[in-house]
Amino acid sequence: MDLSAINPILLLASLMVAATPIMLAAIGELVVERAGVLNLGVEGMMITGAACGMIFAYNTGNAWLGFAGAAAGGMALSFLFAILTQYFLSNQVATGLALTLFGLGLSALLGQNYAEARPPAFPKMDIPILSDIPVLGPIAFNHDPMVYVGLILVAGVWAFLKFSRAGLVLRAVGENHEAAHALGYHVIRIRILAILFGGACAGLGGAYISLVRVPQWTEGMTAGAGWIALAIVVFAGWKPVRLLLGAYLFGGVTVLQLNLQAAGLAIPVEYLSMSPYIATILVLVILSAGRAPGSLGKTFHASR
Amino acid sequence: MLTLEKRPQPSQAWTYLAPLVAVVVTMIVGGAVFAMLGKPPLESIRTIFWDPLFGEFAAFDRPELVKKAGPLVLIALGLSFGFRAGIWNIGAEGQYIMGAIFGAGIALAFYPMEARWLIFPLMIIAGMVGGMLWAMIPGLLKVKFKTNEILVSLMLVYVADFMLDSMSLGLLRNPEGHGFPGSRNLQQYASAYNGDLIAGTGLHWGVIAALFAVVVSYIALSRHIFGFNVRLAGQSPRAAAFSGVNANRLVLVCMGISGALAGAAGMFEVAGPSGQILSSFNVGYGFTAIIVAFLGRLHPIGILLAGCLMALTYIGGETAQLTLGLPRSAVQLFQGMLLFFLLAVDLFTNFRIRLTAKEAA
Amino acid sequence: MTDTLLELSGLTKAYPGVVANSDVSFSIKKGEVHALLGENGAGKSTLVKTIYGLVKPDTGTMTLEGASFQPSEPRAARASGIAMVFQHFSLFDALNVAENIALGMENPPKMGDLARRIREVSETYGLPLDPDRVVGDLSAGERQRVEIIRCLLQDPKLLIMDEPTSVLTPQEVEILFETLRKLRAEGTSILYISHKLEEIRALCEHATILRLGKVVGTCDPRETSARDMAEMMVGATLHVPEKADKAQEGDVVLAISGLSAPAPHQFGTALKDISVEVRAGEVLGIGGVAGNGQDELVAALSGEMKTKPGMISFKGNSVGHLPPNARRKAGIAAAPEERNGHAAAPDMSLVENAVLTGAVRMELTDDRGFVRWAKAKDFAEQVIETFDVRTPGSHVAARALSGGNLQKFVIGREIMQRPEVLIINQPTWGVDAAAAASIRQAILDEAAEGAAVIVISQDLDELMEISDRFAALNEGRLSAPRPAKGLTIKEIGLMLGGAHDMEVAHVDA
Repeated sequence: MDLSAINPILLLASLMVAATPIMLAAIGELVVERAGVLNLGVEGMMITGAACGMIFAYNTGNAWLGFAGAAAGGMALSFLFAILTQYFLSNQVATGLALTLFGLGLSALLGQNYAEARPPAFPKMDIPILSDIPVLGPIAFNHDPMVYVGLILVAGVWAFLKFSRAGLVLRAVGENHEAAHALGYHVIRIRILAILFGGACAGLGGAYISLVRVPQWTEGMTAGAGWIALAIVVFAGWKPVRLLLGAYLFGGVTVLQLNLQAAGLAIPVEYLSMSPYIATILVLVILSAGRAPGSLGKTFHASR
Repeated sequence: MLTLEKRPQPSQAWTYLAPLVAVVVTMIVGGAVFAMLGKPPLESIRTIFWDPLFGEFAAFDRPELVKKAGPLVLIALGLSFGFRAGIWNIGAEGQYIMGAIFGAGIALAFYPMEARWLIFPLMIIAGMVGGMLWAMIPGLLKVKFKTNEILVSLMLVYVADFMLDSMSLGLLRNPEGHGFPGSRNLQQYASAYNGDLIAGTGLHWGVIAALFAVVVSYIALSRHIFGFNVRLAGQSPRAAAFSGVNANRLVLVCMGISGALAGAAGMFEVAGPSGQILSSFNVGYGFTAIIVAFLGRLHPIGILLAGCLMALTYIGGETAQLTLGLPRSAVQLFQGMLLFFLLAVDLFTNFRIRLTAKEAA
Repeated sequence: MTDTLLELSGLTKAYPGVVANSDVSFSIKKGEVHALLGENGAGKSTLVKTIYGLVKPDTGTMTLEGASFQPSEPRAARASGIAMVFQHFSLFDALNVAENIALGMENPPKMGDLARRIREVSETYGLPLDPDRVVGDLSAGERQRVEIIRCLLQDPKLLIMDEPTSVLTPQEVEILFETLRKLRAEGTSILYISHKLEEIRALCEHATILRLGKVVGTCDPRETSARDMAEMMVGATLHVPEKADKAQEGDVVLAISGLSAPAPHQFGTALKDISVEVRAGEVLGIGGVAGNGQDELVAALSGEMKTKPGMISFKGNSVGHLPPNARRKAGIAAAPEERNGHAAAPDMSLVENAVLTGAVRMELTDDRGFVRWAKAKDFAEQVIETFDVRTPGSHVAARALSGGNLQKFVIGREIMQRPEVLIINQPTWGVDAAAAASIRQAILDEAAEGAAVIVISQDLDELMEISDRFAALNEGRLSAPRPAKGLTIKEIGLMLGGAHDMEVAHVDA
């Protein structure tokens, strides 16, 4: 084995890339959960996003349109969840699971003719001046635009929740939907918007895997990324800044084990491949902090 | 305008009707999807739901149906206890794999000894223990650290999946397999083989175990205080605590039961229909069983029926792939849709819809 | 009619199976404190929700200052100058005071300015409040201040207050009334909802009485006796529970000594060094403002929350470490405050709810744990018959019963098990007057038969009526019990913690 083959600068740079799909999906789910809804269908929305992203990008030849299509696909799936849980008052846990199972089937069906397809290139952007900074430049400022979209979304959600009136109302709805209703806020409308945002973000995250990370379409290619995103929301204690940390932590483990595999470490590949999942469990056990939104996962029905 | 109004108590009729309505709606919408794919809708539906039972080749399909329904029912029964109590073990797929690894491991450890009376029962126990241990991880973490059991049990599915790869390539690989991955085929080891008890029926020990589990679950849920406590904890956790139900113990017991049954299913499968430890061993029974559990209303008899229905979609789906060129994923979509519609129709169990005069805005 | 602020005429609102309001008409004058009186279920809350824009009436109109008033949502009502202090359900535990207040305002100023205004108003009206504190950490009285200040910041024309004093000590009530009188002097009208008649007599100049959704009378409370108002409200002469004469003091059955326990959850209350003894045949009343450790004390006594063994002893044996069923077996029964989801499982039938606590003492299961459903049904039906629970049958889900009937079932279920110690939290909360009277009588009868009874309640009148001794729970501490006979309201108030840190309003009227 040859650990010197691992270049720390490349490692950190690829960590940012590896963290991006999870970060995108997780920030969406964070907003959903802050509004008091538990959508366990992230995996299903991500994989559907991955398939839709490939379809749109391949047929239009434009990766950006691919991402737009993925966001729309994720949103469409989340709309089903929204209708079922908000209007049909179904159990959120069961509906989320159903969404994942449904999404896995739907994406396989949608993507069946795209197994051989290669997406259009999605070039990195060289941020002038900043990318020339030694060490930091290649790590942080020489990536494709979606890496920055992810970061901007996290920052945007943070600011939205902390400073805006709408963010305050969203938190209020998630904290106590009865009280929010009594004050005249539209609990269901706000929740549906949050769910749709979460769906779009999950779709983007999925498309990032099929268009940039891999890049091609295979069935079940998200391989649990959606579930890890859910875990990161819990780890983050429903706070955007900690979520960033969690996504990078997870990205780090993923990249490190891939590098160790490449370096020919004596540990069998299967055990290295397990490590992100085991790391997620450990993080949940050891580092989870914070209190869940008061109405998380509870069904709301305005009675008299 | 339509308004929802909560029923004073859950409607009995809708409890039973909801799954049927869901199946019918799924057939209609599924048929539309098949039509969009350019397949004849009625023929597709008939191929999936009718032919395996009564079609030309039903004689071949029926035993397969039994073999598929067995593990689904067994796993779903285990899950139903936890789901009723609000404990969400969704990693049955992983427990199923671990049961198979443990069961096959025992068999291969004794190979080529001939003592079925010893080996086969030991395999059953090992399979149950394997699944149970795997399920105890999320259980114990939930009890000790309040960790979310949904996420942990699911993460462990992926871990178990890699464990399976590792076993088929390493520890359990067939030494006479010419370097191919995979263990010895247990179908060729008489002391461990879980074959048809009556040739050509598909009725193996796993199916017997599933039927037995249906009866035991039914009695436990309807007649025993344990079943009462499970239902109580799921419906009103605080009332359960007041009544004296120990929530932590209930988590461990429910996780243990579901793990043990999933593990047993895995063992019966690896020793019978599948035959060997191989990375392609698991085909998602652990996830489909979630649908089976809900579709069966978490009720043992319902689960038995739902398991048979879901097995039908598997077999029929395979036939439809061959004869109509229906994509394999269409069946998966179909199963997901079924659960969706069930959850939607379930509304009518607790609510009724009323038409009211539209109010002036 | 320039001095009329709000006029309601012919308001009717029907829900399936029940008419909540039927042809309700009355008017509120400017600068008037108007009482809305009625029992639980009389339609008071539907009516105020209509005014606040949460409920749309089927028929009828409202006029505000001469103009037609049809608020489509609370926002519109607030914009027209209506503000409301809710009885519960309108604060967000995890948010701070300023955020909570901002949520109830139409156009809140920036957070910094808002915090400053909160400080100003809270000082002016003698309601000290720190805008940065998290609401979940506040006491019940402080939480109410948040609601009141939220309303005052909007200079309302009409302030609706729904049962505001249930969370206050008598001293705090006096201070609240001072604040309300100042507001009235400033020209604000107040719609005051309560069933506490003495309060209404002290504060209001006009009262409208509702029964079964209809206006059954109006009066000037200052000139009407509480008894007359009560009869209008209930529509019948009330039976006052009778206390049997005590022969002598029984032995100590339950002894609590040095009971301390940490708060079971983030916004709970820790129990601090509680010591008290209860004798056979006596009723110990424990008063206190909500959220001062009542739930925790019941949990510690019922076994839901475990403590050190010696902290609770029953006939000399330590039971603090025992789980609920072992305590029931010994002879300790309890009924928590919340009926739906704590004392009873709402979606389960009454038979199943009978098994919920009756399994051990009534032998509803056999040795191997199988449930004797026939016996359970008999038990449930006995409870239903003995305690006059109005239900179509024992197979009905608990949630289908009215509050009063379910409460009779829950308390009956415990009493029928013939416990030697009975602990009840809020026996008549949200229960109509007739049911409340029969529940109180049942508690007295149980004590007369030799049980040691602890009744925890926020209703001081109730406690004075049924207790032999009275103690107060304040921030998790229990005062020394005193004989209930002869205690004055002022003394009780001081036991409950006095006025805490409230002060009289500074506004010059």
